[in-house]
Amino acid sequence: MKILVPVKRVVDAYVRVRVKSDGSGVDLAGAKMAMNPFDEIAIEEAIRLVEDGTAEEVVAVSIGAAPAVDTIRTGLAMGADRGILIKTDDRVEPLTVAKLLKALIEREQPDLVIMGKQAIDDDCNQTGQMLAGLLGWPQATFASKIEPGDGTVRVRREIDGGEQMVNLPLPAIVTAELRLNEPRFASLPSIMKAKKKIVEQIEASELGVDTTPRLKVLKTIEPTQRSAGKQLGSAAELVEKLRAKGVLG
Amino acid sequence: MTTIVLADHDNITLDGSTARTVSAAVELGAAVHVLVAGSNCAEVGSAAARLSGVETVIVADDAVFEHHMAEPLAALLVELAAGYDTIMASSSSTGKDVLPRAAALLDVMQVSDIIKVVSPDTFERPIYAGNAIETVQSTDPKRVITVRTSAFDAVAGDGNGKVEPHIAKLGSFKAQFEGENLSVADRPELGSARIIVSGGRALGSAERFDQVIGSLADMLGAAVGASRAAVDSGYAPNDLQVGQTGKIVAPDLYIAIGISGAIQHLAGMKESKIIVAINKDADAPIFQIADYGLVGDLFEIVDELKAALESRAA
Repeated sequence: MKILVPVKRVVDAYVRVRVKSDGSGVDLAGAKMAMNPFDEIAIEEAIRLVEDGTAEEVVAVSIGAAPAVDTIRTGLAMGADRGILIKTDDRVEPLTVAKLLKALIEREQPDLVIMGKQAIDDDCNQTGQMLAGLLGWPQATFASKIEPGDGTVRVRREIDGGEQMVNLPLPAIVTAELRLNEPRFASLPSIMKAKKKIVEQIEASELGVDTTPRLKVLKTIEPTQRSAGKQLGSAAELVEKLRAKGVLG
Repeated sequence: MTTIVLADHDNITLDGSTARTVSAAVELGAAVHVLVAGSNCAEVGSAAARLSGVETVIVADDAVFEHHMAEPLAALLVELAAGYDTIMASSSSTGKDVLPRAAALLDVMQVSDIIKVVSPDTFERPIYAGNAIETVQSTDPKRVITVRTSAFDAVAGDGNGKVEPHIAKLGSFKAQFEGENLSVADRPELGSARIIVSGGRALGSAERFDQVIGSLADMLGAAVGASRAAVDSGYAPNDLQVGQTGKIVAPDLYIAIGISGAIQHLAGMKESKIIVAINKDADAPIFQIADYGLVGDLFEIVDELKAALESRAA
């Protein structure tokens, strides 16, 4: 089985982003960047499937400008076998990413694509589902457990009321939920080995996809901030205040 | 021009989120239809027709829709899309699962999780865990939108829409439903509760979580929520997780007990009208956004809280 894992370079999850006062966007200057946490989980799952003998190869793919290679290298250091960077300097939307990945998938022919359920920068939660639609493949989103079978993959999904179990024939798209696994830290030997792994670079324009965004971002602002309230002295005082506000019903 | 809203339901009851999605749909200014796709779901269709502002409810009743699987639902939306210029769903797990697949099939870039309708093609949505709000304008000929229902009030239930059955053109679908494990609904739903009592890892065990958080919630007629840490530790089931990638809530009262207030948790509850935080760490970030705070041992404080509530009731 060959597994393709798309990975995205995003602002580190613990960075408190600042919004530019002119409304033009988020200030990323000097911000620490990292692999999208859900994509780390996806890479980890793919590597485990190689380690247990189910899969033979994990290919990490990223889309973006040259620095995205760092994100691919993180995936290689965790244990992915090789990487592909689809190079573009343009802002790419999930629909474009899905189209680029589809073109690559037609070339690479993976059996399974595991990807993070959402990127923590745009919080769209769309790309995996869009890719599945474009390919006509089955999809299992918000996976908390993946069990490969014979030409199939059984997935436990986290849904609003609890959990759902589905069975998908391969090839299929699975998107990773938080609780799918805990990603490993790359060991030093693994990081050294990764330096020799190949990262192929393809220009997005070679894949025949129109990358023009469909959404115009008109402005970006900070939400209204809440300020810290009162420290109270006792639970009884709290109940009084809440009763006075009429929230206790 | 018409908008179609994909209803959330369990084949028996219409979920409260639909009334909020319809509210967002009404703001687009066009006629609103609701799509109820399910199995033996006639009751849900009738309930949807009573939502104020709904002109027509389309009911697609077939076993293939029973478990809200993405392939048949996306195919159905694509089949119906020619008659609509906007397709909407809530950001429920079904909405999130299905709508992007339909959007790609229609070659439309979806706008996810809107919190405000600025105009029929322009919307506000949160990014970076709600630390920034972007205003986006769609340039596609159709719109595909998911709605953050906590940002919209429900429409009233005095509508008089008509119900129309629709026989879906069914193909064959690859993913097979095998089973589900749903929580028994003995408390209010997180998405619609007026009061939420939420617990963090400090509760220490599933038993204590239930004893402390559950019993306080029951006293207040509240829903129960949990931080990611509490769910990861096994103290609460995953569907109670409140946060950037879990449930987004905006109740009248959110009581955060033993929750430190990580960015990702705040993303899920900072729009609550009143926030109360109980934590032994006076420097916990949650106190930065809480309207009222109590610093101390949470077990003692919750006991005192319950006593104060009981004596108030007496």
